[in-house]
Amino acid sequence: MSLIDNLLDYLRGPEKKTAVVAKERLQIILAHERAGRGAATPDYLPALQEELLEVIAKYIHIDREKIKVQLEKHGEYDVLELNVTLPEHQRIL
Amino acid sequence: MAKVIVVTSGKGGVGKTTTSASFASGLALRGNKTVVIDFDVGLRNLDLIMGCERRVVFDIINVINGDAILSRALIKDKHCDNLYVLPASQTRDKDALSLEGVERIINELKETFDYIVCDSPAGIEHGAFSAMYFADEALVVTNPEVSSVRDSDRILGILAAKSKRAVDGLDPVKEHLLVTRYNPGRVAAGEMLSVEDIQEILRIPLLGVIPESESVLQASNSGTPAIHLDKSDVAEAYKDVVARFMGDGVPMRFITAEKMGLFKRLFGGR
Repeated sequence: MSLIDNLLDYLRGPEKKTAVVAKERLQIILAHERAGRGAATPDYLPALQEELLEVIAKYIHIDREKIKVQLEKHGEYDVLELNVTLPEHQRIL
Repeated sequence: MAKVIVVTSGKGGVGKTTTSASFASGLALRGNKTVVIDFDVGLRNLDLIMGCERRVVFDIINVINGDAILSRALIKDKHCDNLYVLPASQTRDKDALSLEGVERIINELKETFDYIVCDSPAGIEHGAFSAMYFADEALVVTNPEVSSVRDSDRILGILAAKSKRAVDGLDPVKEHLLVTRYNPGRVAAGEMLSVEDIQEILRIPLLGVIPESESVLQASNSGTPAIHLDKSDVAEAYKDVVARFMGDGVPMRFITAEKMGLFKRLFGGR
């Protein structure tokens, strides 16, 4: 290991314990799986995703896979989450 | 009123059969008339863990098909007076385990027994489903490990949505978390999920913690449920679990790392 690697490690701080990583990963995946399990996802979601995609494609050149529409439950609230991954190094037109 | 308890987990190898054997034995040791049923058709193993494998004549499928009456298929346990084992079939297909057939058997057992413990197979297929369908309470056996916790969560979802209690709109199946193969030393080192972590994620009440121990293998080697191994941590932990299940307020043990004294280090503490 070079001096620079050592220095980088030092700057990054102590590594996260794996038990903490395990807990975080579980909390995220189970939130997703529980959301899918409860009330079935409303049937307008695919159409909504399609239309949003069309609108966004008007302005940004974007991959169909790079847009995700999700409905999640957070306690009493339903949260509609729209996730668009913009292509790298491409300016919005 | 007889209670039906399923021992389930989703994931295999976490300690369902070990738990079924010890939990049923513990209930019987406290004077309850108890029967433990193996639902793992095709891969029966409860008989080996209970040490009655050479006395199996008839099995649950024989009873369902009317080849034998229930009392002929029940095997009396050699360690406890009040305990009987109903073995799974080793040769049949798991589809032979019809829900109507299982219901008939459980209803008949309810006339004689206080507790009916159902040892579920791994997975979420037909065998696991039949084991949990009629349950009043569930012991969800979970290892401090990501795949086991995830599978337990899945099983909890199925219990809440598809068990008979859920379908009939009755009070939901009462869920109990049982963490097995726990290593407090590794938890302290940040290498293993803690009981608190698992509870926070699964959000069901904790019934007990069984420490990882070499005595579990010794128990299965000899066909003696681990709860009978005198002075072992595992036996004590299972006795605590049964006591808590019966309503005794017993504090949690074996959840903090023990400092090894010189004596223990020299002579072992198992």
